Amino acid sequence: MLRFFLKRLTTIIPTVILASMIIFALQQLLPGDPAIAISGEEKDPEVIAFIREKYHLNDPLPVRYAYWIGGVLQGDMGESIRLQQPVAQLIVSKFPVTLQLAVMAMAIALLIGVPLGVLSAVYNGKAMDYAANILALWGLSTPNFWLGIMLILLFSVQLGWLPASGYVPPTENLWENLRAMILPAFVLGNSIAAVMMRHTRAAMLQVLSSDYVRTARAKGLSPRAVIIRHCLRNASVPVITLGALEFGALLSGALLTEQVFSIPGFGKLMVDAVFNRDYAVVQGVVLCTATTYILLNLLADLAYFLVNPKLRRS
Amino acid sequence: MSVLSTPAPAPSAAARERSPFEEALRRLVRRRGAMIGLAVVVFFIAIAVFAPYVAPYDPTATSWLAVRKPPTWEHPFGTDEVGRDVLSRVIYGARASLSAGLVSVALAVAIGLPLGMIAGYAGGFIEAALMRLTDAMLAIPFLILAIALAAFLGPTLTNAMIAIGLSATTIFIRLTRAQVQSVKVEEYVEAARAAGATPLRIVLRHILPNILPAILVQATLTIAAAIIAEASLSFLGLGQQPPDPSWGSMLNTAKNFLSQAPWMAIWPGLSIFLAVLSFNLLGDGLRDALDPRHRN
Repeated sequence: MLRFFLKRLTTIIPTVILASMIIFALQQLLPGDPAIAISGEEKDPEVIAFIREKYHLNDPLPVRYAYWIGGVLQGDMGESIRLQQPVAQLIVSKFPVTLQLAVMAMAIALLIGVPLGVLSAVYNGKAMDYAANILALWGLSTPNFWLGIMLILLFSVQLGWLPASGYVPPTENLWENLRAMILPAFVLGNSIAAVMMRHTRAAMLQVLSSDYVRTARAKGLSPRAVIIRHCLRNASVPVITLGALEFGALLSGALLTEQVFSIPGFGKLMVDAVFNRDYAVVQGVVLCTATTYILLNLLADLAYFLVNPKLRRS
Repeated sequence: MSVLSTPAPAPSAAARERSPFEEALRRLVRRRGAMIGLAVVVFFIAIAVFAPYVAPYDPTATSWLAVRKPPTWEHPFGTDEVGRDVLSRVIYGARASLSAGLVSVALAVAIGLPLGMIAGYAGGFIEAALMRLTDAMLAIPFLILAIALAAFLGPTLTNAMIAIGLSATTIFIRLTRAQVQSVKVEEYVEAARAAGATPLRIVLRHILPNILPAILVQATLTIAAAIIAEASLSFLGLGQQPPDPSWGSMLNTAKNFLSQAPWMAIWPGLSIFLAVLSFNLLGDGLRDALDPRHRN
């Protein structure tokens, strides 16, 4: 286990370093002088000189990267120009909101995707299979933000059941928090449910054709017992590990969903930063997303290693 | 004895003459979903190309007498907040969405295919370096990378296409490398090598034609993702800029008028959904036709 972990760590560390280099290099895409871009409308030479000094813009690129990554490693990702707050502090304050949204979306995706995938595999080639596949295609082809707008139109504007936007912290009022988060979570979970359905279907089809399932059936076990006790348990292994990787898609989707529903999370922080040319915040959010994604990959690998006896023995 | 001496049934002349391409085409034509997808894709491409002839009005022409009018015979999709015809804007919007889908994927293939072939064929340090770089880029979720790139490049449709193309490049590097690695050990490649063919000739003449089907399938599916990505960037204000129409930017405006003019949100969103669904159906059909093992 430790050897496996260390081996994976040796591949992950260069990936994180390279990802940080790419994110840092994004700043070089800014047309013209970044100091002038940051300095605002007045373009005061003294302000420009101060920015150059502060952000080490007179130094060569590798030196600037070393300063930046050195700061990041000490928890200093720079300061938001717009909000005048440390980027790390902003990210820490917004992360729980996005995390709640992502966890609720994943729960909805699992609740819809896994049963549909199971039914689709069990009734392979029948009407149920076609219906489940159509639902999956719907989920994969519907843009999150459009679905969000349509659901606001139905549940908020027409029926008036749920709030159209806004956020209430769960510590303040849990019921209002859930009312505000259920629509965005459903919107975000919709496309992931389609992916989960496809993963579950593929895994179930493989398990259903295996020898031990045939044996279990031959022993006279009821179809329900065979599916729940033998098939689903084994099929859930790849589904869970692949599900962990879908968190990357969740973070991307959260960006748009938070924008549609005005939820003050990670995604909204990045979009607001983009429009206010708050590049330190953009870099910080992208770096955190990439690191989270890489760590989730590692966790998925470890989970797969733990639940797969063949891998453990090798 | 009689069994042994019975000649095997001769394949029909048609089956004997059919090339792998014709076989794949036959399988594709038989798939109803793929054909519906293809028809809708062709329809969207046609309205994008012939937009000036098909659109009933100028998509940027405003009319203060027709602000937020619900659908009528005069304006079948209604009008927007400054009196522009929504149908005309949806038709012209197809240009932005489809060109973004096609151009960005063409860019991703143009960069990803050669790099993937180099990584897959050369191996060693070049492969390791390219793959580490690809892993690092893949660690940044597709849309987040595209938004970050578009933010730094500046908000225009061209920059959105570049951002989406660069973000999708990694998909093609990885796919091409994996395909090349599986094809380069085939006997016909070994034979070409033994006959003294240069690496460039082997890659272009013997490996490339065999990996193209997989690239084509992935490209079709990536166009669907690129259309959503362009719509997302335009929705956020990082793609097509007003007054030029794009489905994403139309939705961005529409969300502010949901209670007064819901039709402003319905049609552009439905167009994105239909375009993406069609490319997904076509991509799934192509995959099944080119690699029948995928069918189940």
